Amino acid sequence: MIRVTLPWHLRNLARVDSEVMLAVSGQVTQRTVLDALEEAFPVLRGTIRDHDTSKRRPFLRFFACEEDLSHESPDAPLPEAVVNGKEPFMVVGAIAGG
Amino acid sequence: MSGVRVLVGTRKGAFTLESDGKREKWQVNGPHFGGWEIYHLKGSPADPNRLYASQSSGWFGQVIQRSSDGGKTWEPVGNKFIYDGVPGTHQWYDGTPHPWEFKRVWHIEPSLTNPDHVYAGVEDAALFQTTDGGQNWQELPGMRGHGSGATWSPGAGGLGLHTILIDPSNAKRMFIAISAAGAFRTDDGGANWKPINQGLHSEHIPDPTAEVGHCVHRIAMHKSRPDTLYMQKHWDVMRTDNAGESWREVSGNLPTDFGFVVDVHAHEPETIYVVPIKSDSEHFPPDGKLRVYRSRSGGDEWEALTNGLPQQDCYVNVLRDAMAIDSMDSCGVYFGTTGGQVYASKDGGDNWSAIVRDLPAVLSVEVQTLR
Repeated sequence: MIRVTLPWHLRNLARVDSEVMLAVSGQVTQRTVLDALEEAFPVLRGTIRDHDTSKRRPFLRFFACEEDLSHESPDAPLPEAVVNGKEPFMVVGAIAGG
Repeated sequence: MSGVRVLVGTRKGAFTLESDGKREKWQVNGPHFGGWEIYHLKGSPADPNRLYASQSSGWFGQVIQRSSDGGKTWEPVGNKFIYDGVPGTHQWYDGTPHPWEFKRVWHIEPSLTNPDHVYAGVEDAALFQTTDGGQNWQELPGMRGHGSGATWSPGAGGLGLHTILIDPSNAKRMFIAISAAGAFRTDDGGANWKPINQGLHSEHIPDPTAEVGHCVHRIAMHKSRPDTLYMQKHWDVMRTDNAGESWREVSGNLPTDFGFVVDVHAHEPETIYVVPIKSDSEHFPPDGKLRVYRSRSGGDEWEALTNGLPQQDCYVNVLRDAMAIDSMDSCGVYFGTTGGQVYASKDGGDNWSAIVRDLPAVLSVEVQTLR
């Protein structure tokens, strides 16, 4: 299972308390993880990726294994530690604003 | 048992303020959606328990929330706002073409008769509707595509479609307004639109009497006279008596004719309210005095309403969607400020008191009269 952590506002929106556990079939990439996340929680559609372009929203970042993967290809394989559930795929909100 | 429910959208969440018909004691509920900007929330005239809220965030984009129990509980519905066809461009601040990009929903206007039918005015300016209670949204492309869209440019707050008025006597007729394009009307249910800006005069645009390009801040209508509209423009308070075919200025003796809100008394169609604001740069009340101005003659002659409002050291703003009118026998008037106060008058503006003083900056105020 893939572990995904969400910012507080998105946890509230999805009505989950902590990490989300997802089954992802096929290659584990940003795209397939986020597809599975949105399939499980349709309310998150449009809040992480733009509805129209599927691009990451500008003030969100994707971290895993102490790396910023935000600028990696959405179709690049995620680290093995994410694939085997040792590390979470983290959706992080930028620290900004008032 | 009658009562009122005030719906308040703020920079950091939504609140409902409830009272019985006396409007003396208030219950403050919220925040709902804490930390999110709530540009607007509004109830269905056909079902007062059906509410819709525009919830947005610079981080997470747009969410639409729906309540079926008067705001006690909410459920997110559809948030997919995709422009019809190839979006094209409007004019950017520097005069260059800029692609149409959806940013947020500024205003929600439920149908007068069907709680599942709702219009949404969005930034970048366009009109959307849902007919399934918010699950799916479709653009009414005739608005944005009527011909002048490529010349529209944003106001300082963005290119927002902020006003939607439905003619209660003719469901095919609607009025909308955009900052900074102007006012538009449809007579066929939204398929075709025409600019209705004749008579507006805006010194800050190259052609002060242009057909489009005026920074209209807000338009208000009394349901008994849908051909008469009142407008607070960037500068000037205006009125039309022929559904926007021509406008005339009615600023009269206002201390400044800049402001954002305008609204009409529930039972007196010639009694109107504005809150003058000092501009262009300061955007707070003149002389530090928060004054609502009332005209009982449909404009031109105005009186300051000050009882219960701060008359010194007050430097808040009252934004375009932040005034509302109830329809109790003694008409109630409500407005919210960027300082977080929501003021109410239960006697048509003669006396005011704050329902609540320390909310986040208020973006919108609506009121439901519950019978």
